[in-house]
Amino acid sequence: MNSLQVAIIDYGMGNLRSVANAFRAVAPDVRIEVTSDPAHIAAAERVVFPGQGAMPDCIRELDARGLRQAVTDATREKPFLGICIGLQMLFEHSEEGDTPGLGIYPGEVKRFPAEKMFDEHGAKLKVPHMGWSQVQQAAPHALWHDIPDQERFYYVHSYYVEPDDAALTAATTAYPFDYTCAIARDNVFAVQFHPEKSAAAGLQLLRNFVNWKP
Amino acid sequence: MGCAKRIIPCLDVTDGRVVKGVNFLELRDAGDPVEIAQRYNEQGADELTFLDITASSDNRDLILHIIERVAEQVFIPLTVGGGVRKVEDVRRLLNAGADKVSINTTAVLNPQVVEDAASRFGSQCIVVAIDAKKVDNQPFEWEVFTHGGRHATGLDAVEWARKMVSLGAGELLVTSMDRDGTKIGFNNPLNKAISDAVDVPLIASGGVGNLQHLVDGVTLGGADAVLAASIFHYGEFTVQQAKDYMRQHGLEVR
Repeated sequence: MNSLQVAIIDYGMGNLRSVANAFRAVAPDVRIEVTSDPAHIAAAERVVFPGQGAMPDCIRELDARGLRQAVTDATREKPFLGICIGLQMLFEHSEEGDTPGLGIYPGEVKRFPAEKMFDEHGAKLKVPHMGWSQVQQAAPHALWHDIPDQERFYYVHSYYVEPDDAALTAATTAYPFDYTCAIARDNVFAVQFHPEKSAAAGLQLLRNFVNWKP
Repeated sequence: MGCAKRIIPCLDVTDGRVVKGVNFLELRDAGDPVEIAQRYNEQGADELTFLDITASSDNRDLILHIIERVAEQVFIPLTVGGGVRKVEDVRRLLNAGADKVSINTTAVLNPQVVEDAASRFGSQCIVVAIDAKKVDNQPFEWEVFTHGGRHATGLDAVEWARKMVSLGAGELLVTSMDRDGTKIGFNNPLNKAISDAVDVPLIASGGVGNLQHLVDGVTLGGADAVLAASIFHYGEFTVQQAKDYMRQHGLEVR
């Protein structure tokens, strides 16, 4: 049996089939496993940390399965891709349910403030931010390979991250103000959007992750 | 800034095939769901909606297999509705690969299902479908109908939309029953009234006959996404043509 190349962390919050399907489509020869076993996560070459739903539930379920340490270790050791709440949980704290995060990075997860949610014509912007928005790359990165700057990715979220360290930001999106939609540091890359639902551009990002040698 | 206005081809599915009715009656066969889904994905569809209109409960699981097959090949958001009665139905559709589940008649009969499903799976995957018709026998303009438009509920569509969002609906799919299949355009006053009343995105549905109708759905109806079936199924327009047209008319599209 080949060694496990990509572990997708399953902590019971929603369906990871889309993420697994997308990886299988871009990397048919790579062994991909959806797992909640800390030993498998520790043994994997690469780790994907998805998340959907509410952050308080995500943190609770992560702890209920004893996965906090495995996730924290993975962020220090190997190529790591956070998606959506999997980005948000890396920070210290979320306004959603006043929830402490994993605290890998200093910063806060904030709700889109109602008083700012208007476009340049004064039209109301909806929350959740749901749909395809442009991603402005802050700096070159292996995960942006073959993805044009300002490409659109699919989002669905009501909270966004605000890192204390601006240098963490790998990309921003405007809704309506610029916020951090991707972070990068060493072996960690994490995005607010859903690459597994972002058609060709999203698949390219997942392909880049599989090939990434940080 | 903001989001691209989404174009969502809708596939009405019965017994494993895509069909499209006119005024919810007279079904015509339009093809294999997986092939059609792939074609729309290649044309640049932003999302796909599947409505299961299978009458017989024997064949209801067919939609799960369709969604499984589509989700293995098409990497854009998939919404599935039709025949969702219990939280367990939502779970099964999400597990098959749906990203969102649309709840219609059940939301009226048992609103608790919307609340329970939203709290269990998150608002982001719960769409409430509202079928509305203009009426003159009520103290309000648009009434909610269920069972594919056959049953009047006595509910004001705008108030109903507010209530569904308060229970956790993350998006509303608003179909104008008197427009569906007519090709005379969305009911923009209805959509605008609902869009202004809630914070969540609104998908306009029912009545698209040409590309200007899509533009009007956004500019006049306040829709965040536009849903259409027959103009795409029968090859009158491609999704790409629809996007080009919307872009030429000043709308942000992907």
